[in-house]
This record gives sequence, structure tokens and C-alpha cells, in this order.
Amino acid sequence: MQIFRKGADTTARVLLVLGALTPLAGVGFAYAFHRASYTTGDARTPRQPVPFSHAHHVGGLGLDCRYCHTSVEKSRFAGMPPTETCMTCHSQIWTNAAMLAPVRESLARDEPLRWTRVYDLPGYVYFDHSSHVNNGVGCTTCHGRIDRMPLTRQAAPLTMAWCIDCHRDPTKALRPKNAIFDLGWTPPKDQDEQGARLAVRYHIRLRHLTDCSTCHR
Amino acid sequence: MRRTRLRTTPPLVGLAVATLLLAGCSGSMVDQKRYRTFEKAALWRDHSEARQLPDGTVAQSDRDRTAAIETPPPVDAALLARGQERYAIYCAPCHGLGGDGDGMIVQRGFPKPPSYHTKRLRAAPARHVFDVITNGYGVMYSYAARVPPRDRWAIVAYVRALQMSRNAQVADLPNAREKLP
Repeated sequence: MQIFRKGADTTARVLLVLGALTPLAGVGFAYAFHRASYTTGDARTPRQPVPFSHAHHVGGLGLDCRYCHTSVEKSRFAGMPPTETCMTCHSQIWTNAAMLAPVRESLARDEPLRWTRVYDLPGYVYFDHSSHVNNGVGCTTCHGRIDRMPLTRQAAPLTMAWCIDCHRDPTKALRPKNAIFDLGWTPPKDQDEQGARLAVRYHIRLRHLTDCSTCHR
Repeated sequence: MRRTRLRTTPPLVGLAVATLLLAGCSGSMVDQKRYRTFEKAALWRDHSEARQLPDGTVAQSDRDRTAAIETPPPVDAALLARGQERYAIYCAPCHGLGGDGDGMIVQRGFPKPPSYHTKRLRAAPARHVFDVITNGYGVMYSYAARVPPRDRWAIVAYVRALQMSRNAQVADLPNAREKLP
């Protein structure tokens, strides 16, 4: 008497293989999900009270980053400009633009504009702008071609793997002092040698860059 | 009876400890209970994390700041280089890299500032340039919050260098005559 159907053997084999593959696929999915821009926020462009364009102000007009982000060289925080900085020019140009109404209201009411943070690091990360900018890491290394962004976009995954990638070997990103705020900077052909030379000149203690307490404290 | 209690106690203690430890997981490490820079803060009446000094406070750095305003630093190559850099950041957008008052913002419709290369501004004392940066002038806003006193003096020195670059007398440069063709 035949108990099993004719294809039962095949079904059992397929199920066995699937049973073995499912956990692997699960791990693969979790890995991909963890790194996906959906999770990391890479390429995220949050809505802002005013659609401020770095492409216009930096790429078009040529304003230096430090014109608005005044504390980037001396503080952990790069500095968000007070409304007064916007009005330095916009008290005279585009004075009736509807787009700038929130800026004028902010000045009139003496209330700050509430921008949405684009680079939103977790609370346990102690990032310092000044120690990067003063030691050879340029703006675009983390912020991308901000001078080409009509709306400010997160241009890096900001995962720990991404941070550590540079902390393990910063020489590939190190720039001379006069190129830190140069948005078009690309590494020269001899970046390996130049980066190594710059690491010495900036007194970067390469071995300590991956210490836990460098970023977490 | 006694034996039963002994056997159940360790697991119960373990469960209690585990429960207590789990309670620690409720607070997120990502959003910690502290204000971040410029975060909205319900604790204060103005809802601002950034606190202003109470009225009448004298900050520790006030004396140094006043001294830096009153006494210009000695002019050397480093100060001029700093002035050139700061000038390019904060002044050139309107005043232009050469000081002609033809910067990019002026090209886009901002009222044209006077050129530095005029008789009046060549004769103006260095303190005048410093005061204009500090307090603003006409439609120009104050830059006191953006440019610290020492950098203001560096910019003043650089503006003087710009003026001299187009109004130097050969007699001012004793060795220059030999180098001229």
C-alpha cells in the first residue's frame, strides 16, 4: 500500500532546504535593513520652516560656510545662524518674498526659527566639529556637496561603521588647512603620502582614534 | 517544606534581579534626558535651551574682551593672513575681494557700500573701521556677534593693506626703486 504521494520525497527535500535557508535569509534581511537608507536616514531631506537652499547661498553666491556657522572652528556645535544673520542681507533684498515670511516674523516676534536637525546623532555620540575642522577633516567629507543641495539632505549613513571607517584610516580624508572649507576639494593623486604627512603635522594620534572614549563618554 | 523553599528561592531572586535590570531598558540611549544645543526646552519660560546671562552678570572673559577691543594687537604677517581669511568670509560678500564695494550680494541688489579706495576712507582712523564692524553702519548690520574683537582688528589691518595696495608711494618703499625695471 502506498502511504505517501508520488512527489512526497521532492516536497520533503525542498522543505528541508528551505528550512535551512530561512534563518540565513533572516540574518541577511536584518543586515540589509540595518544598513538601508530607510533605517539610517541617508538621503533624508526633512521639511524645514523655510526651504533654505545651500545651492543658492553657497554654490551660487559663494558665501563661506563660516559666514553663518560661526562656531564651527571653536566649538562642538557648528552654530545655527540667528535670524539676524539672515536679515543682514534680507532686510534689503527679497524683502517681500512670501518664502521668507517666517524669517521676518521671527525677527519681529523675537522668536527663533525652528529648524529640523538633519544630522541627528544618537545621544551617546559626542561629536565635535572643531576637532575635525581644525585637524584636517573638511565639511564635504561628512556633509557631501552641500553647495549643490537645493534642500539640505543627510549625505551619509551616520552609522558607527561609517564613522569607524574613517577613524581607522583618516589619512584618506585629511586635507591641508586651506582646503577644509573648499567644497570642490578632491583628494590629489598622492593622497596616501599627503594624508600621512598631514596626520603628523596635525599631531593626530592614530592609535587612539578608535578608542571607545573618543566618541562615547 | 523548608527544602522546597530553598529550591525555589534562587530562581525567584534571579527573576527579581532580571526584572530590575529590564526596568533600566525603558529609557532610550538614543534620546537621552538632557537638552541638546538649541533644543526646545519646556523648563524655561522662553523655551530656549541656550540660557542668557542674568542681568548684571560680569562674565569671566569680559575683561579680556574689553582689553582686546581697546588695544589693537601688533600687526605682523600672521595677523594680516588671519585678516585676509576673515575678510573673505565676512566682508567680501558685499565689499568685494578688492574692497571696491562690488561683492556678489551687491551684484544681486544690495545697496552698494563705498569703496575703500577713496580719500575719505584712506584718511579715516583704523578705529573707525573697527567701530563699523562692531556697530554696523547704514544698512550694514553689526558683526560683533560673528567676528570677535581680535579678528576685527585683523580685518582692519587687512583693509589697510588693501588700501595701501593701490595707493603706495615709491618713497614709502626705500628698496623698491632698485628693484624697479
